[in-house]
Parts: sequence; structure tokens; C-alpha cells
Amino acid sequence: MTYNINTKGFYGQFGGAFIPEMLHSNIERLQKNYREITGSPAFKAEFDNLMRDYVGRPSPLYFAPNLSKLYGAQIYLKREDLNHTGSHKINNTIGQILLAKHIGKTRIIAETGAGQHGVATATVCALMGIECLVYMGATDIKRQAPNVSRMKMLGAKVIPATSGSQTLKDATNEAIRDWINNPVDTHYIIGSVVGPHPYPDMVARFQSVISEEMKWQLKAQTGNENPDYILACVGGGSNAAGAIYHYIDEPSVKIALTEAAGKGIDSGHSAATSVLGSVGIIHGSKTMLMQTPDGQIVEPYSISAGLDYPGIGPMHAHLIESGRAQVYSATDTEALDAAFELSRIEGIIPALETAHGFAVLKKMTFKPDDVVVINLSGRGDKDLATYIQHDPNVQ
Amino acid sequence: MNRFDILFKQKAARVLNIYTTAGYPTLESTVDTVTALTAAGADIIELGMPYSDPLADGTTIQESSQVALANGMTLETLFAQANAIRTQTDAPIILMGYLNQMLQYGTEAFLSQAQQSGIDGLIIPDLPMDIYVEDYEALFKQYEQGIAFLVTPETSAERIREADRLSTAFLYIVSKSNITGGSSGLDDGQLAYFKTLEEMNLETPKLIGFGIHDKVTFDTACQYGNGAIIGSAFIRHLGKGGSPKDFVSSIIG
Ligand SMILES: Cc1ncc(COP(=O)(O)O)c(C=O)c1O
Repeated sequence: MTYNINTKGFYGQFGGAFIPEMLHSNIERLQKNYREITGSPAFKAEFDNLMRDYVGRPSPLYFAPNLSKLYGAQIYLKREDLNHTGSHKINNTIGQILLAKHIGKTRIIAETGAGQHGVATATVCALMGIECLVYMGATDIKRQAPNVSRMKMLGAKVIPATSGSQTLKDATNEAIRDWINNPVDTHYIIGSVVGPHPYPDMVARFQSVISEEMKWQLKAQTGNENPDYILACVGGGSNAAGAIYHYIDEPSVKIALTEAAGKGIDSGHSAATSVLGSVGIIHGSKTMLMQTPDGQIVEPYSISAGLDYPGIGPMHAHLIESGRAQVYSATDTEALDAAFELSRIEGIIPALETAHGFAVLKKMTFKPDDVVVINLSGRGDKDLATYIQHDPNVQ
Repeated sequence: MNRFDILFKQKAARVLNIYTTAGYPTLESTVDTVTALTAAGADIIELGMPYSDPLADGTTIQESSQVALANGMTLETLFAQANAIRTQTDAPIILMGYLNQMLQYGTEAFLSQAQQSGIDGLIIPDLPMDIYVEDYEALFKQYEQGIAFLVTPETSAERIREADRLSTAFLYIVSKSNITGGSSGLDDGQLAYFKTLEEMNLETPKLIGFGIHDKVTFDTACQYGNGAIIGSAFIRHLGKGGSPKDFVSSIIG
């Protein structure tokens, strides 16, 4: 069993590039060149330097004593929240902006849900002096206001997506339409392991720095580079992809992915794609998605803008279908509780997305010496308004 | 001979293909709209299967699709309407929609149903040629469904030849790399691209679409192709309460 893409960009039955002809030349150019460009020594050196000096990598691997005690396991947190701009998203945008420069693009577009990818894109565009447009659902513009202000301060133009449920799916549609209209000068920096080949693999490779560091950090701290479990939340799946990348072929490392259940899986207001979804095509990729029997895409719901997506990356669809990864879900309430718990006992306020990955600690059973790594994908500054609204102690 | 072959044999120039969204403006309006279009002189009907997330479409077709879906439009209803249309006209009908719709219906069931409903072919913008050849071409042939592939100003000469070879309905010449719905005129760059295509001496009849919206742009497109496709402009006309007959007259009257 291989968990990697084949030459046509498929993970098992999932993936591929189901794109209109208008996108063909851009996608084909990426498909043919991304490995060579990003694998060159010059590219790697520039990427590594920016990762170290600009992003602040390596991110710490922190042994969380209080959480460990509470759940009866050895719990480590991979601190992607400490990266510049506050989440793992910057790992990918650094890679893609260097790629865009390499292929001579002068205009960048991106979609964003929680605004973390939008901020990370606006940041690298400011750094490189490149024009930046970020599409964001009108609903998300309201619920992630601080990130909208940050993007604007960084010089990006934020364009509201007003179709559908006005969330991440719709922002992605608008970004793809923009790319169709501007094929020559524009590169589209997709923010997760979704979209047509080569995006899922390319984004996973840029994010793979997370598990690359985990290996030597775990080795130094525990004597063994392999943990027993890796936990991560999944919207499209990029932080999870990065956290598991170098462990995928290591069957002793169990993978637990968490989707957003919204108000409950059967409530009609959910984003638990792998439970509620079926095989179909979304944003140019064959994967699991939430849809009607007639193939219309269903509007998802989650309190967390970054997980409020009706699909899942093709890599994860394959990991779940093949049984390599276990999938869990957490409701809005469970995620909020997990966020408050982590804040109080470890002094770390996580992003709402990230909190979903912590909520499953309550649903899993561990042996006392199990080593568990949770990917702490982002910090919670952007979610303060939501937290204040729901935290009894704050009120 | 399929209905496209028959049409292009009789009429090699100024072929008018009009797009309309099934179930728009009302669920029951499809049959009347289409038959009025063909009675007024439209040669081909491109019948839109409304989709929740039409990536290649601009706001006009997005909105008409939303209205149609809210009206209760489904593929089942669409096939029934196509059947009713077929009793009244021999004009070729080509469905336009997205691959996920066909996949969820079941590819073979979909193609078989299309054939039984008198449909002549499909336009599926997100079905790439290589996947068509690998997974779908044999089924399209089995159920006598034509296909029209898109070429754009960014398409290489090699791919244009491939699209020419594979397209069995017509070749869809996208006038400009754009989503649907544009309404500026055709500029010199676009005309140069049409001319290049003309000089390639392609075998499949060429229909030019995207941005064709009035008599002037239709006439210009017809100088370079066998005809043209008008979509969003007709939907806007319907949205304002205009009749299919008046619209066709404004283009070829
Ligand atoms: C902090 C954080 N974690 C996770 C996600 C979900 O994305 P992915 O599944 O691609 O990691 C987001 C997306 O906005 C995010 O901001």
C-alpha cells in the first residue's frame, strides 16, 4: 500500500486535476515543474533561511505536563501557533511565493476561511512586494474580523465572496474564477491540501517541515523519533498532512484526525465530511465531499471558519478509506470546552480550528507511557470575540 | 448521423447556439423557452444543468442556477423536460454541466437516460480530455452522446488538435480566458486568435462562445467560426421578462 500520489496525482482513487481548459496551462506548468523547482538547492536554501529567520522555525515541541496528567499519557504539543503570523499556514505560503516568483508571476490570489491563510499570504506578498488579493466569505469576514484588519494592514485587498453560505467553499470558487480570468500574470496560493494536482502534494511537502522537526525533537526528548499517536484537526487537511508526512509509512504511529461536527453530525449543521460525505469532485479534486444525491454540494457548518468546508483533501480521503487514519469529530461545544481547558491548564489559547484536535482527547484511551503529539496548528487571538461570547468566566 | 452532423451538413455558417438554464426562470418554463428559441431560429440549444458550484460561470449563470435549484430543478425533471422538447423540435440539444452531476447520477445511467431523452451530447468543462479518453469515451459512443471540448487562447496547438479529434458535437472556442458572462466587444487579440484557429483547418465545426452577447459580436464571431454561442446575455434578457423570440430576432433578425 502506498500513501503517496501516483504520476497522475491520485492517492488511490482520490485526487487528480478536474479542471476547465481555462486553467490547463497554469496547472500543467505546475505539474511538470513543481518538484524540480522546489527541489533545487537554491530554492531549498532560500526556503530554509526564511523558515528559520522569518517564520521562527523550528517551532518548539513542548511536553505539556498538566494535559499529560489529566489524560494519562505523555502529551507533546507541536507549537505551530508560535510561527510568525500565528499558524502553520505560513509554511506553505513561503514555499508558494518563492515558486510564484520563480515562474514569473506578478499577482497573487488566495482564498481564506479563518483568515490565517489570508494573513500568511498577505504577509509573504508584503515581504516580496507582490500584489495580493484574498477572497473570503462574507460570513467569515464578520466572524474573523481581526484577521481581515491584519490582511488590509499588510497591503492585501480582501474581496468578500457573497455566494452560497459565504464561507470557505465560496471563497475558493471565487479565487478559481479569478484565476480563470487572469491566467497569465497570476498565481493562486491555495491554503490547504485541496484543489487540483499538484496542489495537495505540493502543499503537503511545504508543510512536511512540521513532521521533519518532530522526528528529531522527539528523538532528543524521548529517545524515540516515533510517537504512538499524532492528533490534528482537519479542514482541508494541511496541518495534519504536515504533522504526519514523515510518519505515513510507519504503521506503529497511529493517526487521529478530527473534523468539525458543528452542532452535531446529524443536526444538519455540520462539516464532518468523511462521515456525511461521499466520493465526488470539488475544486478540481476527486475526494470525499458533502453532497445531495443529485451531486449538488451541501453547505457545511462549523463555528470554526477554517474547518467549515464540505470537502477534505484527497490524501486524507485515501488515508481514511484505507484505514491508515482514524477519523473523529468534535462539536462546536466540545471544541470550545477544549480551548478553555488548554488555556487554563497549559496557558495556551489555541485557535478554534486547533481546539477541535484537542477535543478528542476525551474520546480516546491511552496507556500511561503512550507518546501523543498534538499539532497545535494556530493561536486563538483571532477567535477572542467568539471565546468571550462563550466563556462563562469571561462574562 | 447524429443531429450535429445533420445540422452542420445543412448549415455551415451563422449557426446560432443559445444557452438556457433548465428550470429558469420557473421550473416549468424550460420546454416553452427551448421550443420558442428553436421556432425563432436558434439552431442548437445548450441546456444548462443547474449546479451549486459552477466554477466556470459568472454571476449571471450562477444566479440563474441558484433560482433553478430553488425552484426544485433536478436531473430527473430535466430529462423529462428534454423528452417533451424532443417531441417538438429536431434541433440538437447539448447539456452543459459539471462532472460531479454526472458522477452522482451514475455515468452509465446518466448517458443512457440522456440518449433516451433525445439529448445529443454534453459540455462538461471540468472533464479533461485525458480522463475522457481513459474513462468515458467508450460510454459516450455507446449511448450516442457527442461531446464538445473547450479551447482557449492559452491552449497549445497540440491540444487544439486533440480537442478537434475528440470533439464529436462541435469545438467550443472560448473567446477569451474568462468565466462566462463578459459583455465587452471582441478585441484585436481575440480576432488574431480566431484567425490562427481558422488557419489550422480543423475538421470539427467551430462555435465561438463566452462574451458573445449581441448582433455585433455574433456577426463578428461568425466571420471566424461556423457560428456562435450566446448564454449569459440570453439569461439576462429572460431575467428582465424578455421573450425568447425577441432575443433571437435581435441577433439574427
Ligand atoms: C489554525 C488553523 N488550523 C487548522 C486550519 C484548517 O486547515 P487545514 O486542515 O488545512 O490545516 C486552519 C484553517 O484556517 C487554521 O487557521
